[in-house]
Amino acid sequence: MIKRDLVIVGGGPAGMAAAVSAYENGVKDILLIERDQYLGGILNQCIHTGFGINYFKEILTGPEYADRFIKKIKDIQDIEVSLKSLVVKLTNDKTVTFLKPGRLETVKAKAVIMATGCREKTREMIHIQGTRPAGIFSAGLAQKLINIEGLLPGKEVVIIGSGDIGLIMARRFALEGAKVKAIIEIQKETRGLLRNVVQCVEDFDIPFYFNHKISRIYGKDRVEKVSVMKVDDNFNEIPGSLFEIKCDTILISVGLISENELIEMAGVKIEENKTSVPGIFVCGNSFKIYDMVDSVTEDSILTGKLAAEYIMSCK
Amino acid sequence: MTIKKLTCIECPEGCRLTVDIENSRIIKVAGNKCPKGEEYAISEIENPVRILTSSVLSQGLGLKMIPVRTDKPIPKSRIFEAMEEIKKVRVSRPLSTGDIVVKNFSGLGVNLIATRRVK
Repeated sequence: MIKRDLVIVGGGPAGMAAAVSAYENGVKDILLIERDQYLGGILNQCIHTGFGINYFKEILTGPEYADRFIKKIKDIQDIEVSLKSLVVKLTNDKTVTFLKPGRLETVKAKAVIMATGCREKTREMIHIQGTRPAGIFSAGLAQKLINIEGLLPGKEVVIIGSGDIGLIMARRFALEGAKVKAIIEIQKETRGLLRNVVQCVEDFDIPFYFNHKISRIYGKDRVEKVSVMKVDDNFNEIPGSLFEIKCDTILISVGLISENELIEMAGVKIEENKTSVPGIFVCGNSFKIYDMVDSVTEDSILTGKLAAEYIMSCK
Repeated sequence: MTIKKLTCIECPEGCRLTVDIENSRIIKVAGNKCPKGEEYAISEIENPVRILTSSVLSQGLGLKMIPVRTDKPIPKSRIFEAMEEIKKVRVSRPLSTGDIVVKNFSGLGVNLIATRRVK
């Protein structure tokens, strides 16, 4: 079995910042494991601006923000990056098992930092009635299809929820020539940042329905329409408010949840950036959902330092 | 005098701005927590501009789509025209982050630059 001082799971903004920070705090044997073929995580598909204003004091796009850290990591010999590597198991003795093309590897670490990010809530989590046709995407998946794959998922779009990714995607679809027919938000106000309401919704005259919810999705093979109702403060239907919107695509943008299955499998509990097992740490969106990548970076720098202090104390 | 309400988009704070306008001239900007808010308000009233971000098709490179942006803001009114130009762009040479993809893009006096390295 391979032995390492520090293994970091996830090569997104959290994992990269934790790796650099751990190195700068004295750790000289670091393995950074990333399942994709590139470092950068979700930043690679976030091609819009708005990143870095706090940390770099500059306004950057997602890929530009990632690039700053990718360059740093490449310059540090003591950080080994393993791409196309999917961690399948973590145990509480700090053993990490991962698949990489052609083989299964096991590594025993003095400390592990979990930086596995988060995933989007799905349609199933918000209980919308109706059929299950093609054309229903999470906002982040639509973002990947357009920005990474160069595919436009649909032409007439209704967005459920007003999370930042949904707002950003409203603009992205509008720029690509699709018609964004509505953003439907059950709450009284947006869940996203106000500036995204201005530059992604108002700039493109996209109708924004607050205190509204989708009551049903229609369509046999492909989404055909949705029915929408106005709701009161307790989210109950206001009688007579029902109307329909024709569309071929629905985006779900109702929030994010931390991705922590590996930690749970190991029977480890998260306690701030540490866990119930000394030497296993969590940072970034897998610790808690942050609004801004700058905050993820700050959090992960701190965690990298904590891991370094732990490793030093083992010697 | 007319009063216009704006939300600043310069940072995630999203300051609510109040702009006093008299005879098409800005008299006062209030509600901003930093100088950028005043600049934004003036620009937003006189000539609203945005950084345009999108992606362009590559040919024979490691990524199918290359993310790009204008290196300076462009007039809001010309965004759709710029998007039409972006759709025509094809990139077949490796680029580093920040490299120019199209110089003086669409006659706007800005460059279209790559925001990701592609080999």
